Amino acid sequence: MSLVVATIKRDLVIAARNPGEWLNPLMFFLMVLALFPLAVDPDPKFLAKIAAGVVWVAALLATLLSLDALFKADVEDGTLEQWLASGESLYAMALGKVFVHWCISGLPLTLVAPLLALMMNLPEEAYSALFFSLLLGTPILSLLGAVGAALTAGVRSGGLLLSLVILPLYIPILIFGASAVYHAGIEMEYAGQLGFLASFLCIAMTLTPFAVAGALKLNLSR
Amino acid sequence: MWEALKRLYHRMGSPKWFYEISARWLPWFAIPAALCMIVGTVWGLAFAPADYQQGNSFRIIYIHVPAAILAQSAYAMMAIAGAIFLIWRMKMAAWVAASIAPIGASFCFIALMTGAIWGKPTWGTWWVWDARLTSMLLLLFLYFGVMALQKAMDTEDTAAKAGAILSLVGLVNIPIIKYSVEWWNTLHQPATLKLTEESTMAMDMLIPLLIMIVGFYLLFATLIFMRTRNQVLWHERKKNWVKKLIQAQAER
Amino acid sequence: MFFDSFAEFLAMGKHGFYVWLCYGITALVIIANILAPIRQRKKLIEQQTRLQRREKKNASEA
Repeated sequence: MSLVVATIKRDLVIAARNPGEWLNPLMFFLMVLALFPLAVDPDPKFLAKIAAGVVWVAALLATLLSLDALFKADVEDGTLEQWLASGESLYAMALGKVFVHWCISGLPLTLVAPLLALMMNLPEEAYSALFFSLLLGTPILSLLGAVGAALTAGVRSGGLLLSLVILPLYIPILIFGASAVYHAGIEMEYAGQLGFLASFLCIAMTLTPFAVAGALKLNLSR
Repeated sequence: MWEALKRLYHRMGSPKWFYEISARWLPWFAIPAALCMIVGTVWGLAFAPADYQQGNSFRIIYIHVPAAILAQSAYAMMAIAGAIFLIWRMKMAAWVAASIAPIGASFCFIALMTGAIWGKPTWGTWWVWDARLTSMLLLLFLYFGVMALQKAMDTEDTAAKAGAILSLVGLVNIPIIKYSVEWWNTLHQPATLKLTEESTMAMDMLIPLLIMIVGFYLLFATLIFMRTRNQVLWHERKKNWVKKLIQAQAER
Repeated sequence: MFFDSFAEFLAMGKHGFYVWLCYGITALVIIANILAPIRQRKKLIEQQTRLQRREKKNASEA
């Protein structure tokens, strides 16, 4: 367990020293958001209608972009082999890595999204829904994404491949997340959607680390 | 019964045994497949009555529905074969899984195309974001993901393992995706006409459909046999029995 | 037979284009799926035969 904790600490320190690691997804998020009014229509009424979906899509893409590097360094510099040799459970290690990834991508996104949603003229009632749906949804994005990142860690230019592999798996989260925000915006009940996200999170937390661990082992036999 | 199954399983693990037995089995799948599909097509196109609402465009159902059913079960079979490979290291299972992916994707494509074409006379547009079509589209994406991942890996073994892991993750996700797409669809205006309304199907419409489904499954089995036989030849090309077999082929 | 004449069968009551397009695409995809493994097998056998010949030649020269 101590190795997992040490790795989490190390990765968090690295992220704190390289602000780019957590700032870049945020900037990407902001830029994607800015594309929609420019490309479609800056009319506030129209923006309010699409805000929920657009914010969620942008958050999803920003997460996807930051996933590529999740295991790359550990595979290339042999850290992965050290983990396996240490006898530490890969399951715990996978959860630890995902936790760090969420801390530097999902968490900042969740905190900043309500601010940026102002620019999209999101209805006032929807802000808490946006915050909570992202709070529950972004960890699932990190967990599922970790499977793809582990599978493609040893592949050259795996970024695009990673998106191909992972995007279809993101659809349910996108549907429930965006619809929670949308329903909150038109003053409807959205607890159900959050409930679904919470149960997805539980399922993903128990199952995906197995897949990540299995996928990481593939990078050794290379 | 259990013993017989176990024996079959161990034999299936032997590529040579599979290659020999599948040569004998192939016609028993291929010929009934062709028969079923011809009978089903002729019956469905020419003899079944037209639907009172959709008219003759409903005849597309006879390929749309079997293709859709097959595309979904093919994904499950691919994932299960992948799991067998991961757990028991049975190479044959990996080869079967690799054979299924392109076939399943083609059936998925057929289901999508026919669904979209059917939409034109019925809904007036080529594409409607209807629950069934949308989840078919996502299934096609899942197939693409597995195939792209397998292509990108540099060794055959990692390709097989990576594909197996991803298809298993996909298999767990399919019910969630299906459910969420259906739920999403009920929120937005649902299409009033559905390509399939099981309860209202008359017997003389249903029987050709069942024949077509059987025919599609048999065709699927035939295609898997053909592809897996190639996989066996390729992977066992350094073995003596394959070398002899190829010599015999060359002398003919 | 549901239709009265062959022309009516082809027309499918105004839906002929869509119905025949569907069946045509399906037939094409299925035929492609049948031909692909056959061609793959042919190529594989040819390639291996060539390889065997070369090996035999190398063996006799050495």
